[in-house]
Amino acid sequence: MNWAEFFSMDGRGFYVWGSFGAFAIAIVVEIIFVRLRAGRAQAAIEDALLADKARGRMQ
Amino acid sequence: MSRTDMSIFKYSSPAMFFPLAGKLLPWFSALAVLFGAIGLYLGLFVAPEDFQQGEVYRIIFIHVPAAWMAMFIYLVMAMYGVMALTLNTRLSAMMMEALAPTGAIFTALALWTGALWGRPTWGTYWAWDARMTSTLILLFLYVGYIALINAIEDKKRADKAGALLVIVGSVNVPIIYFSVKWWNTLHQGLSVSATAPSKMASIMLWAMLTMAIACWMYAIAISLVRVRAIICERERDRILGQERIRRREPAPGSAVASL
Repeated sequence: MNWAEFFSMDGRGFYVWGSFGAFAIAIVVEIIFVRLRAGRAQAAIEDALLADKARGRMQ
Repeated sequence: MSRTDMSIFKYSSPAMFFPLAGKLLPWFSALAVLFGAIGLYLGLFVAPEDFQQGEVYRIIFIHVPAAWMAMFIYLVMAMYGVMALTLNTRLSAMMMEALAPTGAIFTALALWTGALWGRPTWGTYWAWDARMTSTLILLFLYVGYIALINAIEDKKRADKAGALLVIVGSVNVPIIYFSVKWWNTLHQGLSVSATAPSKMASIMLWAMLTMAIACWMYAIAISLVRVRAIICERERDRILGQERIRRREPAPGSAVASL
């Protein structure tokens, strides 16, 4: 089996790769968005604690 | 309550679950990648062409796991919903919120891959057949739940309303599963069942089951990351309060502590 044959999938490549491609894109996009959300949420807490520290120094 | 009883409930507290979720995450991520790689290799390179459908049948290696996860995640959410309503545990509601987007994505993928498989196989992308329509309703239930909990300002009320919606909507899951038996549908019947021998060639079945395990591990991993984010967002004041108290607490043995 060569690669061109593999990607053509018997002439049904549009359907097969349209499915696998959508699956891959959905997972990659979900991972990016969830990691951004987790990063922002943790940063908000860390920022508040840093602000505490800064206030403590000023007093 | 004895000490062992307490330990069971230990991880139902969001603050206690947060570090545990962080520890579990690399394991589930690694398992998802491992099973995904094996499943794709078996499905795309090892499994032979189907004698009836040709190469296009390979879509089932992602379509079936996506459809299974769509239904399974919803049932897990309903179980958390029952816990949220009866035991009033905050973490259950957070787990529901963490699972919903992943469930919605798997449902959308099941519909999308099904449409792309249906066109060359049945000659149509979509039919208002019982299984497809009930799966579309499942997508609406997921989206409806997400919209509902975000529309109610008071988080406690949002959690209760969301849990109720998910529990009532769970009646749809057996309808999806048994639709191909109960009605004369365009969608094919069950190829894999716990009670009957499989109608698939064994390598095809193994490829599909491996991909299903990969999707399951992925769903757990991504939900753990999301629930950690939700814990930080919703418990922010509580976490900050505890941290401030901890920092002000004098070290044991110090002058203030011995007073």
